[in-house]
Amino acid sequence: MQVSKTKIAKRFIIFYFWLPLILTIRGNTMSKVINLKRGFNIRLKGEAEKNLGTSTDTDKVALKPTDFPGLVPKLLVKAGQVVKAGEPIFFDKYNSEVFFTAPTSGEVLEINRGERRKVLEVIIKADGKNESVSFPKSDPKNLSAEEIKEQLLKSGLWSFIKQRPYGSLAKPSQTPKHIFVSCFDSAPLAPDYEFVFNGQTALLQTGVNALAKLTGGKVHLGIRPEQANGVFSGLKNVEINQFSGAHPAGNVGIQIHQISPINKGEVVWTITPQGLIYIGKLFETGKVDFTKIVALTGSEVKSPKYIKTYHGANLENILKGATQKAGSERIISGNVLTGTKVPADNYLGFFDSQITVIPEGDEYEFMGWADPGFNKFSPGSTFFGKLFPKKAYILNANLHGGERAFVLSGQYEKYVPMDILPVYLLKAILANDIDKMEQLGIYEIIEEDLALCEYACTSKVKVQEIVRQGLDLMMKELG
Amino acid sequence: MKFIQKFFEDTKPYVQKGAKYHWLHSVHDGMFTLFFVQKNTSKSGSHIHDYIDLKRTMGIVVLALIPALLMGMYNTGYQHFAAIGELANTNFWEVFFYGFLRVVPFILVSYIVGLGIEFVFAQMRGHEIQEGFLVSGMLIPLIMPINTPLWMVAISTAFAVVFVKEVFGGTGMNIWNPALVARAFLFFAYPSQMSGDSVWVSLGGQKAIDGFSGATPMAQAAAGHPNIDIWNSFIGLIPGSIGETSTLAILIGAVILIMTGIGSWKIIFSTFAGGAVMGLILTAFAGNNAYMALPFWEHFIIGGFAFGAVFMATDPVSGTQTERGKWIYGFLIGILAILIRVVNPAYPEGMMLAILLMNTFAPLIDHYIVEGSIKKRLKRAKVNA
Repeated sequence: MQVSKTKIAKRFIIFYFWLPLILTIRGNTMSKVINLKRGFNIRLKGEAEKNLGTSTDTDKVALKPTDFPGLVPKLLVKAGQVVKAGEPIFFDKYNSEVFFTAPTSGEVLEINRGERRKVLEVIIKADGKNESVSFPKSDPKNLSAEEIKEQLLKSGLWSFIKQRPYGSLAKPSQTPKHIFVSCFDSAPLAPDYEFVFNGQTALLQTGVNALAKLTGGKVHLGIRPEQANGVFSGLKNVEINQFSGAHPAGNVGIQIHQISPINKGEVVWTITPQGLIYIGKLFETGKVDFTKIVALTGSEVKSPKYIKTYHGANLENILKGATQKAGSERIISGNVLTGTKVPADNYLGFFDSQITVIPEGDEYEFMGWADPGFNKFSPGSTFFGKLFPKKAYILNANLHGGERAFVLSGQYEKYVPMDILPVYLLKAILANDIDKMEQLGIYEIIEEDLALCEYACTSKVKVQEIVRQGLDLMMKELG
Repeated sequence: MKFIQKFFEDTKPYVQKGAKYHWLHSVHDGMFTLFFVQKNTSKSGSHIHDYIDLKRTMGIVVLALIPALLMGMYNTGYQHFAAIGELANTNFWEVFFYGFLRVVPFILVSYIVGLGIEFVFAQMRGHEIQEGFLVSGMLIPLIMPINTPLWMVAISTAFAVVFVKEVFGGTGMNIWNPALVARAFLFFAYPSQMSGDSVWVSLGGQKAIDGFSGATPMAQAAAGHPNIDIWNSFIGLIPGSIGETSTLAILIGAVILIMTGIGSWKIIFSTFAGGAVMGLILTAFAGNNAYMALPFWEHFIIGGFAFGAVFMATDPVSGTQTERGKWIYGFLIGILAILIRVVNPAYPEGMMLAILLMNTFAPLIDHYIVEGSIKKRLKRAKVNA
């Protein structure tokens, strides 16, 4: 068959003229992709399958003041009191406008206290009706910043807004430079936000509109290039930034650093998409609704999946019969890098939308340090497993070595996509040198941003504990 | 393996604080952790930790030193039989075995003295035993001339461990590379036994053949008569310190260090680059000076240049710790090593002093890199304000 010359010419034009043109136009309408080269994805076994399992009954929910660094709770309820969702449970002593409210309706069952009567948990027995206190229903676009603030403070939704520096509760008296929302979680086995928030663009938009009134700057969203046609990409009244690269690309702190790094004296706020949804619901319906979708993940979970439950839900029902029970297991509220170890009858953390169960690994390993390691997963190159990569690995909570002083250099930098010298910053913290901490960028990080360093550290340095110690000192000294 | 585990677990209560054998605590702990990675799990922060630990890291450096060690053993035998004129009548294994017997005591002395001191200090301070000496203990024998008396090895090792490492707080805290200080200590304390032409070849009580000199290519070059057999220098069949003669074996070690990411390729590369630059400069102004005219790459295969660049300069504790600093640090080591070698004939080997000097200045280099980072942050704040 002969192809005519015109046909060839047409094809030529399509290929070499139209196609590039279309691609360039498409490319230009997209925001620029920030490609983060440093970081690492830990390939864990037990990713949640993308279907929503049958919802388990949530019989108890809890608020844990310990989820907030530096919070001193003043209780407003007693055991036996009946509350509705959105009714104040306690407030922060040093931030007395900020209320923490009941996640669902029911009866206050008990208040668990630890050492020196420190409040650990306020437990509410859910009545299953999820009745909410009524708030005014209105479009945030027509409200003033003060009105929005008041509604957020009263409903308890203010507690979802964090500030940087320090990662502590946002102060209602301040106006942040910008507000940042990371719309993907890059941590190991993290829930897929496109799945979790599927179809909720309208609620997110209302949430964004409310927050946009509270800042003098912009609301910045961070998405992956793959999300370009997803739940978040259509949102208005925001600046969308794209980030590609391995974890911690999804950490909001990394995104802030890339877009508008925090300098001394500046404050930005951060919120999760889940927080935006709650705020959106509040303004659209005049009610609070703290239901959320949580990913149940990890190698010890029989069938990892997504489940619908409440903010602060009791883990007992969720985990009943769900794990392998092969040996001793570690239950983590959150992900393996930054989550909190909890007993099986404890509660989901305030900001966590993931439960991970991994083996505890409290066993001796014979000559483990000399093992060629054909089956071992490691970010370094000292194990042969690197040559035979598998898709996913089971990792346990063993330290795999003794704690040492800093010996190796150049290890941490590989996992921090920021213009920061992590080891020097950590040493400044250990020396309690406030000036140095400030100069080396303590305002730009919280624990999660250096969590990968802790995972990869040869000397098993407790990086996140040191960072928190530094942040606490700064908060105490500088406020 | 269960019975070993059981032994350590059963004996653990006896070495606890207040128990009868508490003075053996560090030894027990050291041996237990050597045999078994402990069952301790994460208490705070990240729940998972990488499999790597300091034992493995140090183990890999020791592994990387093995080719140099084996070649050093063979060369010791080779030089011996060549000196007594019997080389043609001995087979490979006889040559190697002679060297093996001569070298092993060095290793034993270095480890026994060094680890002994480490154990005592760990016990005194209530620390775990730290792995740093696993490498130092192997490096020390490899940079000794074969005729060094063992008591000198013991003294220098003790000096290095106590005054260079422990007084600063142990592994990770030292300013200079302990192994190099051990060598420097001997060099300055016992100069007559550590240099000259008689220390490099083990005669083993036998008589050398006529015309035997025993001088290293470096000494010959420093005397103004460079006479380098390139192939033998590369393979390592020349007189010299035990482990530093074979550039080939050192390169194998370098490949291991770089592939595993344990040694910094930046330091190794920039050290050679610095050496090359200085070598070229010297060659350009050589005139009649035969040593200055020596091509730069011949510098790399004689003396301790390659060994120092690969195994000494890359010590993460005594070197620079910032990534940019590593380029500067390595480059200056290369420059200084060749400069000292050629320009100062009193010290035939410049590498040792160059590295120790740059060890001293490494914190200064890092200081400026860190200051740079701080200034950048300040500038950013000003632009924004």
